[in-house]
Amino acid sequence: MTEEIIIAGFGGQGVLSMGKILAYSGIMQDQEVSWMPSYGPEMRGGTANVTVILSDNRINSPILTQYDTAIILNQQSMDKFESEVKPGGLLLYDPNGIIRPPERKDINIYKIEASKEASNLGLPKIFNMIVLGGYIKVKPIVKLDNVMLGLKKSLPPRYHHMIPDNEKAIKRGLEIVEDVQKV
Amino acid sequence: MAKELRLMKGNEAVAEAAIRAGCDGYFGYPITPQSEVMEYLMAEKPHERTGMVVLQAESELASINMVYGGACCGKKVMTSSSSPGISLMQEGISYLAGAELPCLVVNVVRGGPGLGTIQPSQSDYFQATKGGGHGDYKLITLAPSSVQEMYDFVKVAFDLAFKYRNPAMILSDGAIGQMMEKVVLEDQIPRLTEAEIIKKCPWATTGKTPDRERNIITSLDLDPARQERHNLKLQEKYKKITENEVRYETIDCENAEYIFVAYGTSARICLKALQLAKEKGIKVGLFRPITLFPFPVNQIKEMAGKIKGILSIEMSAGQMIEDIKLAVEGKIKVEHYGKMGGIIPSPNEVLEALEQKIIGG
Repeated sequence: MTEEIIIAGFGGQGVLSMGKILAYSGIMQDQEVSWMPSYGPEMRGGTANVTVILSDNRINSPILTQYDTAIILNQQSMDKFESEVKPGGLLLYDPNGIIRPPERKDINIYKIEASKEASNLGLPKIFNMIVLGGYIKVKPIVKLDNVMLGLKKSLPPRYHHMIPDNEKAIKRGLEIVEDVQKV
Repeated sequence: MAKELRLMKGNEAVAEAAIRAGCDGYFGYPITPQSEVMEYLMAEKPHERTGMVVLQAESELASINMVYGGACCGKKVMTSSSSPGISLMQEGISYLAGAELPCLVVNVVRGGPGLGTIQPSQSDYFQATKGGGHGDYKLITLAPSSVQEMYDFVKVAFDLAFKYRNPAMILSDGAIGQMMEKVVLEDQIPRLTEAEIIKKCPWATTGKTPDRERNIITSLDLDPARQERHNLKLQEKYKKITENEVRYETIDCENAEYIFVAYGTSARICLKALQLAKEKGIKVGLFRPITLFPFPVNQIKEMAGKIKGILSIEMSAGQMIEDIKLAVEGKIKVEHYGKMGGIIPSPNEVLEALEQKIIGG
C-alpha cells in the first residue's frame, strides 16, 4: 500500500505540522514515510504545502505531480491541486474561504467545516487536527491509536499538555466530515 | 535492543549523525537550505552530551579555516553550507587537500550561479568532483539520496577522510536537506581522547610529544622538486581511493535495455520513473553513483556493453554526463535530461525524455 498526499493551505494553518503528525503515525505502524515541504519564498507568507507519502515499501520520489489525496485549505491551493488528484482519488477541503468549490466529476470529494468548528470550540489552533480527524475517517490508512502516538512523538515535551485538546479535535473531525461526491 | 527511530529532516540527520560519530567540532555559518544543521546542533547542546564544540563563525571563510585548525590537531571536525557558501570556502578546501587534512564538508546544494535560488539543485557537481579550488586535488565525494543516507554518510565520510588523510564532502541538495524521512539512529561513538588522537594521527600537531620529530602541517613548499613529489604522492593517494572506494547502487539493471544514471534527489525521481516505465513495458534500470569521486567508471563501462543507451538525469545543465561519456567511450548513446534553477523534474518528464532522446532518438 502506498498513499501519496498533498496538504495545502496558508502558512500558519498548521499544514506542515499536520503532515508531520501523519508521517509519524505511519512510522508508528512500521511504514516508510516521507515529508517534503515547500520551503521556498511561499513559506515566507502566503501558501504552504507538504507532500506526505506513507508506504509499505521503499519510497521512490518524494516529489510528485499526482496525488491519491489532496487536503485543501484555501482557494489558491484548490486552483493548483484539484487537477492533480488521480482519477478515483480523494479531495478533502474546508469550505471556509473557498469561492470556487471543486468541479471534478471523477474523484471522491469530502468537506469538513474545520475552521468553523475550531472557533466554536474556542480552540483555533487545533483547526488542523480537526482536518486530520476528517481525513483518517474517510481514508483510514492510519489507526487512530497510531495517530495519537504520532502526535505525542512529533510534539516536543513542553507542548504535551496540549495533547488532550488535539485528541478532542481529531475525534471531532471524525464526526463532522461530510460526503460531497462519491465515484 | 530495538534501534532508535526518528522522523528527521536531512539537515537534522547530518547534525545528529555528527554528534553520534564522535565529531569534535562543527564550525558553520547559516544559509538556506542547510541552516537546520547548525540550528539542530545549537538546540541539542552537544557540548553537554559529548563535549563536541559547535560554533557559529563570522563567515564561511572563518568556518573553513577553523576546520583547518581543528583538523591539524587530529580532531574530527566539519562544516556545512550551501552552494554560495561552499564557493567562499574553496580556498580553504584546497589548503586542506594540499595539507592532507581529514575533515567533512557538507554541501546542501541550491540553484546557482551566484546567489541563485534557495531551491534544490545539483549544479555543484563539477565544483565538488573536479576541484572547486586551485591545484590538482580531489575530494572524496558522497551523494546521499535519502535522509537515512544523510545520516549514515557522516560516519562513512569521516572514516574515509581519516583513512586517506583527505577532505570528504557530502554532496546533497535542498530537497534531501529539507525533507523528513524515517531514520534509524546508531549508538553513540565516544570522541577520541587526546592520547588516542596522538596514537591514531601521528602526523597531527598534538603539542610537544616525546619520541617523535616536530610535526609541521602546511600546504606550502617553495621547492619545485619537493612540491612535485608532494603532488605525485597526492595523485598516488587519489588512485588508491579510485581503486578501493567506489560505491554505487543498481536497480533493475540486469535485463535492462536502457539505463538512467542519477544520484541524490534525481535518483529518487528516477525510481518513480522506473515504475511508470514498467507499466509501459519499457526495460529500464537505474544506476546510482553513491561516490561521485571516485566515480564508478569501470562499472558503467562494463554495463555499456550490454545496453542500448543511457540517460543521465541531473538537476543541472548536464555535468555528471561528462564522466559517464568518458566511461562509455562512445560505445552507446548518452544523453542528458534535467532542470535548472531549483526545479525538480517530474517522473513523467524523465520517462518522456527517455522515450524521446534515447529510445526514439
